[in-house]
Amino acid sequence: MTESALSHEIKARDLSPGRDRWSGALRSTAQGIGPILLGLIAGGILLIVIGRNPITFYGHILERGLFSWGGLQDSLTRMAPLLFMAAGLIVAFRANIWNIGGDGQFLLAAAIVSGFGPSIIGAYPGGLGLVILCVMAAVTGGLWTVVPAVLKAFYGLNEVITSLMMTFVGVNLANLLIKGPFRSQSTNVPQTDIIPSENLLPDIFGSRIHVGIIAALVAVVIVHYVMTRTSFGLRLNVLGANPRAAVHVGIDVRRLTIVAFMISGAFIGLAAGIEILGVWGYVRADWNPNFGLTLFALVFLARLNALATIPLVGFYAVISMGGHYAARKADLPDDFMLMVVGLILLFMTLTEYFVARRARRPAAPDTSPTVAHDASPIAALDLSPTGSLETGGGHE
Amino acid sequence: MSDLFTATFVAALVSGGILAGMPLLFAALGETISERAGVLNIGLEGMMLMGGYGGFVVALYTNYWLGLAGGIGAGALAAVIMLVFCVRLGLDQIVVGIALLVTAEGITSVLQRAQFGTTYPRLGAVPNIEIPLLSKIPALGTSLFSQPLIVYIGLALVVLVHWILRSTSMGLNLRAAGEKPQALDVAGVSVLATRSVAVMITGALAGLGGAYMSIVGAGIFVPFMTHGAGFISIVIAMLARGRAAWVLIGAMLFGMSVSFSTALQLVGVSVPQDVVNMLPFVVVMIALIIFARRSYLPAALGAPYVRGSR
Repeated sequence: MTESALSHEIKARDLSPGRDRWSGALRSTAQGIGPILLGLIAGGILLIVIGRNPITFYGHILERGLFSWGGLQDSLTRMAPLLFMAAGLIVAFRANIWNIGGDGQFLLAAAIVSGFGPSIIGAYPGGLGLVILCVMAAVTGGLWTVVPAVLKAFYGLNEVITSLMMTFVGVNLANLLIKGPFRSQSTNVPQTDIIPSENLLPDIFGSRIHVGIIAALVAVVIVHYVMTRTSFGLRLNVLGANPRAAVHVGIDVRRLTIVAFMISGAFIGLAAGIEILGVWGYVRADWNPNFGLTLFALVFLARLNALATIPLVGFYAVISMGGHYAARKADLPDDFMLMVVGLILLFMTLTEYFVARRARRPAAPDTSPTVAHDASPIAALDLSPTGSLETGGGHE
Repeated sequence: MSDLFTATFVAALVSGGILAGMPLLFAALGETISERAGVLNIGLEGMMLMGGYGGFVVALYTNYWLGLAGGIGAGALAAVIMLVFCVRLGLDQIVVGIALLVTAEGITSVLQRAQFGTTYPRLGAVPNIEIPLLSKIPALGTSLFSQPLIVYIGLALVVLVHWILRSTSMGLNLRAAGEKPQALDVAGVSVLATRSVAVMITGALAGLGGAYMSIVGAGIFVPFMTHGAGFISIVIAMLARGRAAWVLIGAMLFGMSVSFSTALQLVGVSVPQDVVNMLPFVVVMIALIIFARRSYLPAALGAPYVRGSR
């Protein structure tokens, strides 16, 4: 089968323009709500067990993260790096590339941007310096994926492991840079020199929200467009759904794997650039917001649909900004939110299972090939639009 | 650099290597069994953390043996989730593994704070068993032959796992479940039951590794204390290609790469802490790059077994 024949096949079934765009995003959002509620309830039960009041706790989250102007601005600001990161993860996950090492890519890019930031902004005033720094962040993030990408493309080594190993190396390397060559001479705390706030990304209409959120939303829409409307996106989807089919339709699987991995890393590097240039202006040693694994969960909850990540990232921004406050009030670590996210992800896999089973039952008896045995783990969860390739119309 | 290979340095390297290598050994032995049976246990790190916390709490209120048993129990508890989700329901092993890790990281950190506040209670030192004569060997004797009993048990486990995988029908079943589950099914042995056993053993061993870390190794529990040890164990299992003896060698080598910088500091060479933290992972990456071509994983690894599907 030629590539165009296969592409027509897939387009006809799953990527029909218009129909899938909004209904897919809506359905993904709706199916995300169940697991989220279950995760929050399970978290609430744990709160009761350890003697905290869950109503007060969740109340504090909403009060701080959503229902105060300052908190809402903080939450919206927090969305910018998260959305960039989500965009990066979607590019990789769609191609069945498990870029789990986001934190290393993020922190190294953050260190590079804050290390070179003051001098580059000094040399190129106006917007040019910011653009150069963003490019540097993207390149750093992209380059940090090269080793896992090549090992996967050429030797089939599991990138979950290799990208995680690279994360541990990257986090420590970032610390070495911040404590060594990039260290500020003007303070005793190990951190980089501070970029003056008037040189950072401008805010929107007198609020505290920087323009990075707009760039992030644009990036998410572009990724969604590329993944659903272009031949590049189609190739990534085919690679993700069935690597052997990808070889047969003439896709250069090795090259595409490396390219997708690097694009993913570049977006994650950009996330760091935006966060540093929009909010902080410097990096302290040992700073690690641990976005990587959280985003992993959110992107899956969005069923790898870029548009659907927007409300979910918004939700997480609220519970992470509000959760910080609530956790401090309740004398608990911020990691409570991490646990809730993990539980949500567990409940989500269960939800997927029951939804898929119900959808399968009337059309396909037990003997037909099931999604569970698909070559792609993503397709096994039936998260990607191409996941229904083998089951055909069984879901409709 | 002439004092690099002094007795102090070598002794510190070896004893530190054993201290840091034992948790890797337990977890990697578990992962070996799991991978042989066709279940890629990405949640290993989470199971170690659960074992580390559960074991520590039990040890704090009772003694060190019950603590290790508590670690085994906590690891097995986490493995039950893996069993139900991945083996029984056939859900994606990577997603469930990551979810387990994230949940375990959060829950141990929250429980630790709720129970102990910001204090970190410390356990007493674990008694060493001296092997007569051998422990008197100069330089290496004490570090090799004066260790807690659990270290010797760990070494015995290597032999046991090797024997089970190689010479018992259970081992044959485990390997069949990973290579050709259909064949095992046709032979009248339940694939799901075989894999379930493998996952539970893995959880128990990972929990034991975590408990060793908190009880014997550190004497305290700190959130996130496994710091990637679970993933290093997965790599060791991958590179050992299912052979228990190589798991032992790998675990000790990576353990020594952890203790290398500590040993350097002992002889007066100062190394930044970040380099100390980074070194084992650099070693893992180099090992993976060198041996990338030769790492081997069972054919049906990661694929849930659905009877009748092809």
